[in-house]
Amino acid sequence: MSVITIERKVLEKNEQLAQNNREVFSRHGILALNFVSSPGAGKTTILERTFQELRGSMKIAVIEGDVQTDLDAQRVAKYGVSVVQIVTLGGCHLDAKLVQDAMANLELKGLDLLFIENVGNLVCPANYDLGEALKVVVLSTTEGDDKPLKYPAMFLNSSILIINKIDLIPYLRCDLNVLKNNALQINPALRVFEVSCFTGAGIPEWCDWLRKKDPSGL
Amino acid sequence: MHELGIAENILQIVRQSVPENLAGDVRAIRLRVGQLSGIVPDSLSFCFGVIANETAMKQASLAIEQVPIVSKCRDCRHQFQMDDFAFSCPACQSVQLDLISGRELEVVEIELAEEEDKVP
Repeated sequence: MSVITIERKVLEKNEQLAQNNREVFSRHGILALNFVSSPGAGKTTILERTFQELRGSMKIAVIEGDVQTDLDAQRVAKYGVSVVQIVTLGGCHLDAKLVQDAMANLELKGLDLLFIENVGNLVCPANYDLGEALKVVVLSTTEGDDKPLKYPAMFLNSSILIINKIDLIPYLRCDLNVLKNNALQINPALRVFEVSCFTGAGIPEWCDWLRKKDPSGL
Repeated sequence: MHELGIAENILQIVRQSVPENLAGDVRAIRLRVGQLSGIVPDSLSFCFGVIANETAMKQASLAIEQVPIVSKCRDCRHQFQMDDFAFSCPACQSVQLDLISGRELEVVEIELAEEEDKVP
């Protein structure tokens, strides 16, 4: 046997493109956030609430990633934000190239915030850098307090945890403290926001953090 | 479950690294796959086999070295392997840890058959 030594990262192409995206965001002063969660955790509803709260004070765009349909793009477009829909046609995650292509359809000048709503999936999106400043993982109380332990990579790679649907706690066997402890056991640096999109609880605190546009200020 | 996409990336890297006329000689592709990479080795090997079979690299298979999650404590400098995703130092309980390994997803080397290895 003869051997060719390579030592190359399998995802090097994605990492290069993600770095290009990051430089574009930085040049335009855009805070880009990669929203990840399982399907139905409430990513889109949190975005709707966020747009209501920040309307008129920040210029916002959204890249929506879904396996099928532009239903999410239709939902968020009502709030006067720029939106580009990516339909992955079966793909389980967004990658940096898809985001780069979507960015070509956005007016980046003057933009404050870019939300990239990933495909609902707690596994695959964990390992694809899109060029975001940080990942925001959304976990809803209905999913159960054990999920951080079951999907550790996602919680390890995220910087912010939004716990959604806290209004449902009285009806569930989900212990908020257990959920938080499980998440912080995986990643003690996680900044946690507890919200209910139904009652609006916690949304102002989350939006105050966004207004600072300072990803290092966790 | 994106092993098929990862397998395609691996095939592309091998294509870029091996001269076209030697593609049929590729026997093994050595990979380092960390436990935090989100990759299931068996699934990756299966997907690679399916797509490699369509190319000159029919006889190639993946040799996957799984890399454990290893952390080093910033407070007491203790280095340890993590088996249960409990991200705190077993020696001093500090949570100030640096990840030493576990995120790898790398092509390390490619093994080619030489004349004497080939079945006539």
